[in-house]
Amino acid sequence: MSKPFGVLLASHVEELAFGVYKLLKESATNTPLTYAGGTDEGNIGSSFDKIMQAVEENEADHIYAFYDLGSAKMTLEMVSEMCDKSIEIVDCAFIEGAFTASVLINGGNEKEAIDKQLTPLKIK
Amino acid sequence: MKLTGKQTRAWLLNFSAKIQEKKQDLNDLDQAIGDGDHGSNMARGVHAVEEAIKNENHTPASEILKKAAMAMVSKVGGASGPLYGTAFLEMAKVIDTEELPTVLAAGLDGVKKRSKADADEKTMADMWAPVVKALQEKKLTKDVINESVEATKELKATKGRASYLNEGSIGHLDPGSVSSSYLFFALLEEVDVNE
Repeated sequence: MSKPFGVLLASHVEELAFGVYKLLKESATNTPLTYAGGTDEGNIGSSFDKIMQAVEENEADHIYAFYDLGSAKMTLEMVSEMCDKSIEIVDCAFIEGAFTASVLINGGNEKEAIDKQLTPLKIK
Repeated sequence: MKLTGKQTRAWLLNFSAKIQEKKQDLNDLDQAIGDGDHGSNMARGVHAVEEAIKNENHTPASEILKKAAMAMVSKVGGASGPLYGTAFLEMAKVIDTEELPTVLAAGLDGVKKRSKADADEKTMADMWAPVVKALQEKKLTKDVINESVEATKELKATKGRASYLNEGSIGHLDPGSVSSSYLFFALLEEVDVNE
């Protein structure tokens, strides 16, 4: 069954994406969480295919997407333009933003409450 | 003039050859103000472009560009993937019906849309803008392209990885503008653009 909100992590480094995922998972056990890190070859960069897969595997209707640096954002934008899912790219501090969204979603908060707490974390 | 599928394919294959030849130079330029992988990223991207279009001898220009766009987006791994990818996709929308200057203007709009860059932020857009203008005036030459690249040297980066260096980015060429110059040199070699 799909859930209203989820979180997606897009990082330039596979271990970084997985590390943040691990951190979030500890506190937000029921939040749909998926991640994409590094290029297809496992190098530093962003992968369209990996991000697309993380979108498809996320069971939420509306995905809050967090990224580390600019090119991950651009790749996220391209994925979001080419798929039907509702994706919101959030310009927040990567870890703090994703953590905040994850625990609020886990607590069953409404979109308004989630957005309100993300606003002060916008740094980009 | 309007570009045919054949010309578009020749143009992109020429671009690919130039990028692969200059791969190390592009890495070196990027090492100075970025993460040092622009040449390797672009080379991986254009290699995928080649694979995608090499046997497309009778394909419309728009389809050639779409294939090239998806190859860049999927294989580059850095910001230049979405940037060139979006430029090619926006060009694909108009290339079968519009004249060349309009096509490249659409590409420039794509670059700006993706990078959110204004003028003088030391990005590809700073290199593309004067080239598109010259093309519209039927005055595009190698000199125009070289000057457009050189002009990025004195700009301070306020977008992209180089912006973290602040003033430190001044005095270096923008690597994305240099790789873009190969796209336009390739165009000049394959097509009589001022016709």
